[in-house]
Amino acid sequence: MARQLAHGLHALLHPRRADSDVSDEVRHYLDQATAAYIAAGLSPGQAARAAILEVGNPTAVREEVRASGWEHVVETTLRDVRYALRRLRRSPAFTATAVTTLALGIGASTAVFSAISPILIEPLPFPNARRLVTVDDRNQQGVPMAATLGTYDELRARARSFDALAAADRWRPSLTGTGEPERLEGQRVTFTYFGVFGAEPAIGRGFTAADDQPGAPDVVILSDGLAHRRFGGAAASVGRTVELDGQAYVIIGVMPRGFANVAAPSAELWEPMRERAADFSSRAWGHHYDVVGRLARSATLDGATREIAAIGRSPVPEFSRPAWANLKQGLLLRTLQADITGNVRPALLAIVGAVLLLLAIAALNVTNLLLTRGAQRRAEFALRVALGAAGGRLVRQLLTESAVLSLVGGALGLGVAQLGVRALVAASPPGLPRVDAIHLDGRVFAFALALTVLVGLTIGLVPALGSLRADAGGGLRERSRGATGRRGRARSALVVAEVALALVLLVSAGLLLRSVQRLVSVAPGFEPSHLVTLQVVEAAGAFNSDAARLQFYEQALAAVRGVPGVTDAAFTSQLPLSGERDGYGYEWQALPAAKPGDDGSAQRFAVTPDYFRTMRIPLRSGRMLNASDKPGAPEAVLINESLARRLFGGRDPIGRRVRFGPEVGNDRPWDFVVGVVGDVKSYTLAAPAPDIFYVSNGQWDWVDDAETLVVRATGEAAMLAPALKRAIWSVNANVPIPRIETMNALVAASAGQRRFALMVIETFAIVALLLAAVGLYGVVSGSVTERTREIGIRTALGASPADVVWGVVARALGLMLIGAAIGLPSAYAASRLLATMLFGVSRLDFVAYGGVVAVLAAVALLAAWAPARRAAGVDPMIALRAE
Amino acid sequence: MPNLSTDVIQGTLDLLILKTLSLEPLHSFGIARRIEQISRNVFKVNPGSLLTALQRLERAGWLTAQWLDTENSRRARYYSLTRTGRKQLDVETAEWKRRAGAVARLLNAEG
Repeated sequence: MARQLAHGLHALLHPRRADSDVSDEVRHYLDQATAAYIAAGLSPGQAARAAILEVGNPTAVREEVRASGWEHVVETTLRDVRYALRRLRRSPAFTATAVTTLALGIGASTAVFSAISPILIEPLPFPNARRLVTVDDRNQQGVPMAATLGTYDELRARARSFDALAAADRWRPSLTGTGEPERLEGQRVTFTYFGVFGAEPAIGRGFTAADDQPGAPDVVILSDGLAHRRFGGAAASVGRTVELDGQAYVIIGVMPRGFANVAAPSAELWEPMRERAADFSSRAWGHHYDVVGRLARSATLDGATREIAAIGRSPVPEFSRPAWANLKQGLLLRTLQADITGNVRPALLAIVGAVLLLLAIAALNVTNLLLTRGAQRRAEFALRVALGAAGGRLVRQLLTESAVLSLVGGALGLGVAQLGVRALVAASPPGLPRVDAIHLDGRVFAFALALTVLVGLTIGLVPALGSLRADAGGGLRERSRGATGRRGRARSALVVAEVALALVLLVSAGLLLRSVQRLVSVAPGFEPSHLVTLQVVEAAGAFNSDAARLQFYEQALAAVRGVPGVTDAAFTSQLPLSGERDGYGYEWQALPAAKPGDDGSAQRFAVTPDYFRTMRIPLRSGRMLNASDKPGAPEAVLINESLARRLFGGRDPIGRRVRFGPEVGNDRPWDFVVGVVGDVKSYTLAAPAPDIFYVSNGQWDWVDDAETLVVRATGEAAMLAPALKRAIWSVNANVPIPRIETMNALVAASAGQRRFALMVIETFAIVALLLAAVGLYGVVSGSVTERTREIGIRTALGASPADVVWGVVARALGLMLIGAAIGLPSAYAASRLLATMLFGVSRLDFVAYGGVVAVLAAVALLAAWAPARRAAGVDPMIALRAE
Repeated sequence: MPNLSTDVIQGTLDLLILKTLSLEPLHSFGIARRIEQISRNVFKVNPGSLLTALQRLERAGWLTAQWLDTENSRRARYYSLTRTGRKQLDVETAEWKRRAGAVARLLNAEG
């Protein structure tokens, strides 16, 4: 074996010597044979002839001997590769088109595969991740919303389907005392939280039940990243005391580096919950807890869903429930993966579909190119077969050529994929889960390679089989015949398929484009242009009372109003379209014809009086908030108009009394409705406007320590940001300003997911259109070449150039129309994948379909243009003489 | 294209080469002539097959080759058996006798 290898390698590395050894042998054999014949009495000439007769053609013998070693296979393959490269170099236009097409197809699909794999395919990075679930409550309309801690307590005590349940709440403490103050992103969690994920600190200890008791000491667990960033590493930080929101916390543990909390990716530290759902007035009955659980080994998702539904329907005395968390609408149980990816799933699936179409078009296009090329080379093959080349050898050579083509395409495709992944991540909509897990990895490379080989063999096979079938004589004859026939039909069919697939992509892009147009032209209920927003948060302990906080906001407003270019300014506790939500329950005093569901929950906006003028939110009846709505005065609320219409119909809600806030159900004083304002699309532009209660920020139960400044400018709002920051810091230099956004940017971001899908699918559609145009051009141009003689005869018989041009154009248009006839119903069927992303357009939107057909017709004309001119220029004399 | 009346029976060429070389080192033409002579021209050796077989046997380590001067003072490649080649000859000889015996028995039984 080793000797075989050594000899083979020797022959490979020293081809000339190995060759000369063999030919020496053959020559020697011949000499000896001649000598033997001479010895037997023949004349030298006769002896030489006899020897040749005995030995045979020396070259053939030499080849036979050479072909017996394994190195021969390597050699011929290398020769085929070299030959293929030479051939490809000789037709740069073909090579460039084919390689680019392949690179685009393979690159795009690799990029998309890389991007979706961690989101849709790979399990989450936890042990038995498929058993991780989330539990959500539902509001009166059945829309999922965060659960209350009370619901969590009840489920934990009553449900049997879970090995572990945990609740988490957002926690954003300010870190002070060590270097630069920093607002951190964290979570307040029940002690069971890490156990649900099957994780525990790498160093130190996790939370225990004792840590989670009300009044237990302040302890904190850090992420590995935070420990390294701020405390000199994991080992160095455990046991240290740090100041969070002015309180001394002991660091008891650091999570492992690999712990990626997909449910709250930005969280860097955790403190124990230490809350109990004691009475309905406590914070624990607010809807702001994420409940996660691990299904028991014996439980299924369906079984657990049925169990918690049954628990929701059957209250027990030990767990009394307030009206806003009575679980009447049922609970929603989802896998964690479905929960965090649910929003982006439709967009990603649509993109996967689009990239598969693109890949199919690319493969069709390359097949078409190879077929055209094969047709041009038929004469060559026929000649070679006639000269004695083995059919199998020719097929092998053709396959080598397409393998080389697809490998080069695949290599370039990986480059395209690298860029594509970067572009996808850069353009990904905010909130795309697991973005940091997206990368090109080995498996993706394998995917690309497998794809490359598959495509290469597939496209190689078609011309290879064709060349085998071509008998030598036929091929040589056909050269002068310009046959269209079977081959021409095959190419036309491929182009028709390309057009149909491209049309599906174009229609999808068109429908999305129309949706995004509709969406961004949705009236959000306020006037977003010329608005800039700055979130201002209080650094720990900067203000020690509500009064001080209120005073800061007032002074900041005064300073901001002094900035040139500012027309209006106000503070609000939450900003529309920013993702912030803060809802509370309400109950009306003596509502006429009270129906179930009249008491419910609504979003709370604690604002300064100028908020409505700044945002241009219109007053429908009653009055706006004003300076007299201050602490101590009767509490005034504004409600939005659709809530007013739903509850009060035509009657005037002004003066109605309502309790709204965390202590509904107790002896909370009544608020008075003083006005009704227009609806605001606060969640997203696509979702219905939520119910909103507006209160003066001085009259709420507390003054929020994070509010957003909204400023209306005379000119470009974004330009004002530096001056606004200076104005705020002139009042207090220590307040962080973590978020600065123009309102227009938030509006645009609200359409982000659709925009993302649109951008990707639009790109694919344009590439598909180009590929289809190239294919169309190839076929039409090829048919003009093949029919030059016929065109010549027609012209000679009196056909005008216009007739000739029309003939060519009609062919292009005909192919396009057949493609469209197939593509239109397919596009309609495919649009079902897009259904959840369409907004304000029908799946049969005429503009989208009509526009696409018009574009395709224009492209068909363009593709036919050059061949048609060539056809019109055919000189009958030359065309006929060329035969 | 094997013509059974003249060409070496397929699969026996290796054995014949080994046997021939067990007597003395020879060059390729010498091997061919020797096989033809000893078989009284029953076997005719195809030069291409012979050279291919020699290359294969050499790679298998059963033969070594060196360039030497021939009797008529030309240079030629002389092949000789190695020790493993000798062992291989024994193995193949025994195998051939076993088969030939079996074939003979069958033919006798039929005849």
